[in-house]
Amino acid sequence: MDLDALTGCLASSACLVTQTTSGFIIGMLLFLVAVGLTLIFGVLKVVNFSHGAFYMFGAYFAMTAYQFSGSFALAMLCGAAGTAILGLIFERVFMSRVYGADVLMQLLVCYAFVLIFDDVVRMIWGPEFKSMGMPAAFQVVPLFIAGGVVPPYYLLLIGVALAAAMILGLGLARTRIGKVIRAAAHNPGMVSALGINTGLIYGGVFALGGMLAGLAGALAAPVRSLTPGMGFSVLIESFIVTVIGGMGSILGALIGALLIGMIRSFGSLGFPLFTEGLMYLFMVIVLVSRPTGLFGKEVA
Amino acid sequence: MTRTRKPGVSRRATLAMMGAGAVSFATPFGTPWVARAQAKTIKVGMPTILSGRVAQLGTSSRNAVMLEVEKVNASGGLAGRQIEMVIRDSKGQPQEAARVARELVNTDGCEILIDAEASSGAFAVHEVARDLGVLCLHTNSETSALTADPKQHIPNAFRTARQGVHDSIVGGSYAAAIAKAKGLKKWATCSPDYAYGRDTTGEYVTYLKRFAPDIEIISESWPKLFQPDYTEVVTKILQAKPQALYSCLWGGDLTSYIDQANIYALFSQMEVFAVNMADYTALTVVKNLPKGIHSGNRYIKTYPATPENAAWGDAYKAKYNEYPTNWSWENATAIMLLAEASKKANSADGKKIAEALRGLKIKSPFGADGTVTMRAEDQTLVGYAIGWGTTIPQEPYVPKVEAGDWKTIFELEAEWKKSKGYT
Repeated sequence: MDLDALTGCLASSACLVTQTTSGFIIGMLLFLVAVGLTLIFGVLKVVNFSHGAFYMFGAYFAMTAYQFSGSFALAMLCGAAGTAILGLIFERVFMSRVYGADVLMQLLVCYAFVLIFDDVVRMIWGPEFKSMGMPAAFQVVPLFIAGGVVPPYYLLLIGVALAAAMILGLGLARTRIGKVIRAAAHNPGMVSALGINTGLIYGGVFALGGMLAGLAGALAAPVRSLTPGMGFSVLIESFIVTVIGGMGSILGALIGALLIGMIRSFGSLGFPLFTEGLMYLFMVIVLVSRPTGLFGKEVA
Repeated sequence: MTRTRKPGVSRRATLAMMGAGAVSFATPFGTPWVARAQAKTIKVGMPTILSGRVAQLGTSSRNAVMLEVEKVNASGGLAGRQIEMVIRDSKGQPQEAARVARELVNTDGCEILIDAEASSGAFAVHEVARDLGVLCLHTNSETSALTADPKQHIPNAFRTARQGVHDSIVGGSYAAAIAKAKGLKKWATCSPDYAYGRDTTGEYVTYLKRFAPDIEIISESWPKLFQPDYTEVVTKILQAKPQALYSCLWGGDLTSYIDQANIYALFSQMEVFAVNMADYTALTVVKNLPKGIHSGNRYIKTYPATPENAAWGDAYKAKYNEYPTNWSWENATAIMLLAEASKKANSADGKKIAEALRGLKIKSPFGADGTVTMRAEDQTLVGYAIGWGTTIPQEPYVPKVEAGDWKTIFELEAEWKKSKGYT
């Protein structure tokens, strides 16, 4: 425990800027993965344990597209669109067959696909780790704001994630399709009786969730090493975020992810040997005081 | 959820298909990788890491072993018995490494173990070797205690890898000279939180301070092994404002760390000493390699600068279309030593080979003076080429290596052992 470092940081604007930005970076990347997870749970009532694989595929798709085209924008597009298509196929061919099944069966199927997807990546891209590399446009001197260090690439990452959160939130709240999705989450039988194709909605939601995870993977690709199985640790943290925020709540996922990001960022200063533990401790505190999570009742 | 199920494949049929799919996918990875040999073979079991973030190193261990086994078999094998390698994936998990090692001996009939695990798994395999009494050569674990601590000692286990304390003595004296010249007094450390990371960093700091006593460690970071995100670690180091940073991160962890630290311009704000940087795994994978990072030599075909080393590196590249790694030379050395010990003992029996291995000196492309020795007293490798230099982003990557002096290493290692109560 190093409380002096923590209090010293809180008293320094430079440190506050750097660590808060760091918390945002960690949090927003987690949010993109967690929001897909929570969206799928909210609408489809499926705990998609294979969700981390979409993060992994997003990173690999982006790296491959970048290697062939040299275009960062195309890499992001391929990461997001590729995983959306993959998510749609996965939902239609496999997941749609276990809706309504016992949760253990769903978990088993998802876990089987975690292993299968890892092996598929191993066969296509090889078992060794890869690095996409930072695009030249972002290989620049970091910004210094109030003495704190902020890399431009991370500003882009935060901006993209915030934009995704806003589009998703507004889309679900204000658009017709958003209302149908929310209705399908609450009463799928009634939506189906009204002549709306629920299969299309489920497939679309799963594809959207996969796309968000894939986008997170694509955004992470320039700064993280790519390896088969890379989605697993992200998945665990995303589950923590989802549980803290409340399963099914998009706002909860956003707040939960930011809280975890800040805990990791400031915790690394004050509790360097207990940063991971802090995250779990916080989850326990939230669940004890509010078993449905912070925004558990706000189902999407 | 009420939902009308469309006609199609039933759930049972889907699961059956998935089962069949899982089997067909798993087969190439779930079964042992066996190098077929003729009859009268001696089976050598090898647990190593063939999946996950360290898979490249595990694969390079396997490649190096096979490169040397082919040579040994071509020249008659171990006392006339052809070597048959049985290689299994431990996935980098200690419990799996121990299970696989035990199975290789008890079920597959392996008479010798090549333990190509990282330190996290090597100690687990070591206990299996202790229990079964099988000849075991640890090839990748650099944690000094594995062979230096008498409590770990068993007559049937040897190590053909570097030792952290050797690296630290050479690295500490190298870094201290730079620290004195440049006035680097405030240091930070960032190393993985497991046996190798903790031990090696502690030893490095010990020798750094020994050679430059006014150095102060103002920040320590211990990210967990295979951590995907180092952002909080990077920013923590930036807050501490050290003049120099030491790290023994390695493989995919090191490349992730470099990629993330790069965009904070960390490498331009302090002098960086990363012992595992100068290995082709990291050198060729990192896209934006910053120049001027100080590193210990891992495997570089230009150091030692001998025709034998260059030829070995080229032969490996010709066969596998990539450069060898630090784990490659350590595994190749295990087979070279096995072959020579078997010749000396005129036997393929594990106990007789173990007897012959103690104190055995062989010619080696990786030797500081063209030879390496399996030191009898603690059954660990000494005399390998060891040095430090600074990196550049293209070949030869480390143009100039300052060689470590084995006389100094032996003297300080003896002191270190005494201070730890090992002698």
